[in-house]
Amino acid sequence: MNTEQRMEVCLRHERENFLLDVDFSVSCRGVIAIFGPSGCGKTTLLRLIAGLEQGQGYLKLCDEVWQDETVFIPTHERPIGYVFQESSLFPHLSVLRNLLYGYRRIPYRQRHVKLEHAVELLGIGHLLQRKPQGLSGGERQRVAIARALLTSPKLLLMDEPISALDQNSKAEIMPYLQRLHSDLAIPVLYVSHAADEVAQLADHLVLMKNGRVESQGSINKMRKHLHLTSHISTSDESTGFEATVIDYDDAFHITYLEAGGVRLSVIGIVASVGESVELSINAEDISLSLEPIKDSSILNMIPVRLGSMAERKPAHVQISLDSGLGPLLAHTTRKSVKELVLHPGKEVYAVLHNLTVMN
Amino acid sequence: MLQENDIAAIWLTLKLAGITTSILLVLGTPLAWWMARTRCRLRVVVDALVSLPLVLPPTVLGFYLLIALGSNGPFSGLVKALGGSNLAFSFTGLVIGSVFYSLPFVVQPLRDAFVNIGQRPLEVAATLRASPWDQFVSIVLPLARPGYLTAIVLGFAHTVGEFGVVLMIGGNIPGETQVLSIAIYDHVEALEYGQAHWLSAALLALSFILLLSVYTLNRRFSVVHV
Repeated sequence: MNTEQRMEVCLRHERENFLLDVDFSVSCRGVIAIFGPSGCGKTTLLRLIAGLEQGQGYLKLCDEVWQDETVFIPTHERPIGYVFQESSLFPHLSVLRNLLYGYRRIPYRQRHVKLEHAVELLGIGHLLQRKPQGLSGGERQRVAIARALLTSPKLLLMDEPISALDQNSKAEIMPYLQRLHSDLAIPVLYVSHAADEVAQLADHLVLMKNGRVESQGSINKMRKHLHLTSHISTSDESTGFEATVIDYDDAFHITYLEAGGVRLSVIGIVASVGESVELSINAEDISLSLEPIKDSSILNMIPVRLGSMAERKPAHVQISLDSGLGPLLAHTTRKSVKELVLHPGKEVYAVLHNLTVMN
Repeated sequence: MLQENDIAAIWLTLKLAGITTSILLVLGTPLAWWMARTRCRLRVVVDALVSLPLVLPPTVLGFYLLIALGSNGPFSGLVKALGGSNLAFSFTGLVIGSVFYSLPFVVQPLRDAFVNIGQRPLEVAATLRASPWDQFVSIVLPLARPGYLTAIVLGFAHTVGEFGVVLMIGGNIPGETQVLSIAIYDHVEALEYGQAHWLSAALLALSFILLLSVYTLNRRFSVVHV
């Protein structure tokens, strides 16, 4: 990059009981995630950037001023693409005519993204003649993303584009989002409250809380924040339970806890003996074994009974576990389910790799 | 059978309803759009004014219109300056009266249709480079089509059925202001029940065919549920 393209945002917007007041500047490339709990003003920020709402302040993308004291470029003149949270396809138009709606409204010479390219990128070639009503949630969002791309935007704004979808549709759409990122040079502002989405997609993270930007930085620098907040925001990927501290081993710096007749070990001083704490474990951090694993470095292994199983295409299966700790969620691969002949009701051992202590 | 006067009355009624509905669509669209979108406090006043013809006895509306349009009315000077003659007891007067009388029947379905569309499709269209006027033509009009059909059929049918207002401001001039409902009333007054039957049956059939065709069309278009 010879000249760095920057977006400068300094906006204030007051609504009843809510004040959004942000001032930040980011390098405009890759996927910039705006991350924070529900109600922190992420969507409002995106709407202000799109010009769908008008606050005070200034807004600059590269050398173009979109808003300052004297200028306010209306939405339809801003070179943006916008993907809304819920289905936003025009019900009276076919998929194809939805796609062409924005495409036909930009000058011929600015049509850098071609119809075939967008259709291929989002895998919607077989849907073109259909009406939006007949599409699944995931298909609709893919069409909406392609439609936004077809205006060849200088900035793509995505407002929780997959949060309204079920798990299967989410898993289905994720590869397309990742391709988007690698195939096109369009910077993306991606609003989300789901840490796993952000971790998979973002290059840069802007952390928001109560209408303000708390911090920002590259995803690697910010990963810590992501995990910290991922438990606060209700991620359905992790499960929590209560445990009581029974002992602390000073020599090894390990705290022993007890929960539902199960003995657990956590690194560090968690709380004083007799106190109860909330522990949480991510579905990704549980692995399953048919036999108890001996002679290993594993700290926490508990017997569990398998409950319902849901396929999470392409590779994963989500299994609910019945254990002394209460119900847990685990992720494993379809390959393992087949090879270990896992089925509901089967009794196996769960290895808990990473127990997190909640405040 | 139908007499010459009766056929003239039928023709006049259809003409009146057609012209009134057309005017109301042109005037009612921006009015309904404003009522659906505005946050202005004046809206409730406009809401009430537009709905007034629903509850007001047609004779009251007709009476005020008669005074306003009459030769001593506030508009008579303007009309004369424009080279017109007295509006009361003229076809133009009937059109003006009908526009007021049928206003809520056109404006309310349009307003409801616009409200139902909501803000979101317009925002989406704006992010796809459509200017406000473009949004209205390419998104609002097609999505509001069921509302327009309802507005047209109600506006037209209600004007066809008009009696009190016409009687007050139009009188009973055959070929000029004598509409169907007045012609029927005339026949009954003169105890010409046979004639009244013919006209009434014609009106009944006309209304039914009108409604039937519109509902058939509407069903075909009703794929668009907003």
